Amino acid sequence: MTTTMQRRPAAVQPAPARPAARRRRWLPWLYLAPALGLLITFTYVPVGNMVFYSFHSWDGLDVTMDPVGLDNYVRVFTDERYWRVFLISLYYFVASFAQIAIALYFAVILSFNTRFRNLFKGILFFPYLLNGVAVGFVFLYLFQPDGTLDTVLRWIGLGDQTRYWLGDPDIANISLAGTSVWRFTGLSFVLFLGAIQSIPGEIYEAAEIDGASRWDQVWHIIVPGIRRIISLSFILAISGSLSVFEIPFIMTGGANGTRTFVVQAYETAFQFRQIGLASAMAVVLLLIVLLVTWIQRRLVPDEEVSLS
Amino acid sequence: MADRRTFLGFGAAAVLVLATGCTGGATEEAPTGDFAGDVKGNITVLTNRTDLATTALPEYAKKFEAKYPGTKVSFEAVTNYEGDVTTQLSSGEYGDVLLIPNTVAVDQLGQFFEPLGTVDELKTKYRFVDEKAYDGKVYGLSLGGVANGFVVNKRVWEQAGITAPPKTTEEFLAGLKAIDTKTEAIPFYTNYKDGWPLSFFNSQRAILGDPNANERFPTDANPWQPGKIQHITDGLLFDIVHNKLSEPDPLTTNWEGSKPMMGTGKVATMLLGSWAVPQMKDAAKAANANPDDIVFWPFPYQTGGKFHARIEGDYKAAVSKTSENKATAKAWLEWFVNESGFAADQQAIPSAVGQELPAVLKDFEATGVELMELPAATTNSGKEDEIIKASEIDLAGNIYRQKLVDIARGAAKGDKESYFAELNKRWSAAQSQVMQ
Repeated sequence: MTTTMQRRPAAVQPAPARPAARRRRWLPWLYLAPALGLLITFTYVPVGNMVFYSFHSWDGLDVTMDPVGLDNYVRVFTDERYWRVFLISLYYFVASFAQIAIALYFAVILSFNTRFRNLFKGILFFPYLLNGVAVGFVFLYLFQPDGTLDTVLRWIGLGDQTRYWLGDPDIANISLAGTSVWRFTGLSFVLFLGAIQSIPGEIYEAAEIDGASRWDQVWHIIVPGIRRIISLSFILAISGSLSVFEIPFIMTGGANGTRTFVVQAYETAFQFRQIGLASAMAVVLLLIVLLVTWIQRRLVPDEEVSLS
Repeated sequence: MADRRTFLGFGAAAVLVLATGCTGGATEEAPTGDFAGDVKGNITVLTNRTDLATTALPEYAKKFEAKYPGTKVSFEAVTNYEGDVTTQLSSGEYGDVLLIPNTVAVDQLGQFFEPLGTVDELKTKYRFVDEKAYDGKVYGLSLGGVANGFVVNKRVWEQAGITAPPKTTEEFLAGLKAIDTKTEAIPFYTNYKDGWPLSFFNSQRAILGDPNANERFPTDANPWQPGKIQHITDGLLFDIVHNKLSEPDPLTTNWEGSKPMMGTGKVATMLLGSWAVPQMKDAAKAANANPDDIVFWPFPYQTGGKFHARIEGDYKAAVSKTSENKATAKAWLEWFVNESGFAADQQAIPSAVGQELPAVLKDFEATGVELMELPAATTNSGKEDEIIKASEIDLAGNIYRQKLVDIARGAAKGDKESYFAELNKRWSAAQSQVMQ
């Protein structure tokens, strides 16, 4: 648009248009005002408050807030108990690869003409619709000794494989990460399916005429065609695995070595009433997520997808 | 009182962080607030008893309104009491009479509540007045008190050959072992997953028989040293779990589910407050078991040849500083504590001095236990909370005790000595900072 403006000689521009143009300059802001107002009130002001709190020692209630400078940040980085909990995120991060693989597999299969495909789409998306608290409770019963999982294992002759799924510290995080995969596969699946369906059908037809197998089609058409969505899924997976909260919070309360960074921040804020320190933890988490996203964008440049 | 779960809502928490408005709080100089005016008009009472808000509580209100014509009491039941009311406090709108949330530190009481009188003066009329007091001024009256000890299924213990409360922790452990070998029952149930039942290991400070225990506690840099209170109580928890005398998978326990287990004798022992006894008896009745099997025993430790058990007030009710009808609010509060009969109806210790103990506690006293009130710290007031915050050892909670259970059952690294050493180290670091 700017190029067309430049091409037009300035002298030719009709004089009366000028006030209109000036009016048009603030008109977009008028339309944006409600959205901007909401965005600033509910996103940027609270984030600003959080940053402000993070430099203070405050219990969330007292009328006075004592400024403590960088003490809260120093504590988050130097006290092992605060940064160790990040290691728990690795379980969820590894699990997110399984999640993306499963979602991609089903998205590809169900984008071809499969029998009952709409039914299967519904079944796969369903877990994502469930409330996270409900998922937590359902899986709590599933993982109980002699609960659903143990019963099923016994039916299929794997009775000797039963264990305390949440009580055994070697398994607990894997059980919780599995719950997370169950819950969020539906979301990745829908994203992939949407992207796959936006690939024009003629390309498949052309590929079929050229003698490409299904595998070739997947590898040379579908995967490049949805690369941006796959990249987005990884960003979501990393930020999601750093900020896991409700599944461990509901199912174990962070006990038995399943405390994630956000559960730790929650306890700091509301069990120990250290809002300042917890805000510092939240700021650190925000910065890490921003950093990871930035690195990701540098490694996988956001280039235009072209199938021709 | 029935369910002491403090399940703070995350949504409420977000609102709390957003809340920018704060109530102004110039500290009051007078020993009592301004309660001038007639007892007339409407008041709103916040309650955590969602189960009673539309049944029993309006019945009490009717009697109050009959005594003071022209008044009207309405109730606002808050499901998630601690979290929601903490948020409401910052907004300035929190009813006329409410229970003081535990999130309010003692030195902040004057910011939100009206002082009801001095400790010295009210002590003669009510129990537990010092528990929500600051600077000699009382801000809340207890609606009923509880004793601390073990809820046990007597029948199961008798099957294992024990009929009287064990006198030492060794005897107690031997008793649990006998239950393990001679019966089908789980000897001790920790309720690890829900967490809050573990906090009752903090309510046994009276066993040393020292009325100054709360004053002295923050002066001790190493409470987990052998012979000291935390070593006795937390050590017992460790030994119970380490000897596999507790439930096999602690991560899948369930408070509601544990009540019928206790009632029917599938579980022999739990450490709780006396308030749990009527609930367990009800569960036993519902499961066609004998409710008389459920009794209350003291913590297995004697000082001077005597059991001691701490009695303490449950939530304290206070008059809101922002109330526009403080005269009526105070009248309701005093009537509710003195005349309503609420505590007796709830099998709790009445907070008005001189009123009779409920049946559960009379039986408890008959086991030879001395009921002790532990006055709150005055010179070291609030110090213990500060140390807890700074060290992040939630003495009154469950986080570090869950870790203790994990270590005891071999699910986390360490042993009793190493963990107690770590706790001592963290505690004394914070303690030296707070106590200077």
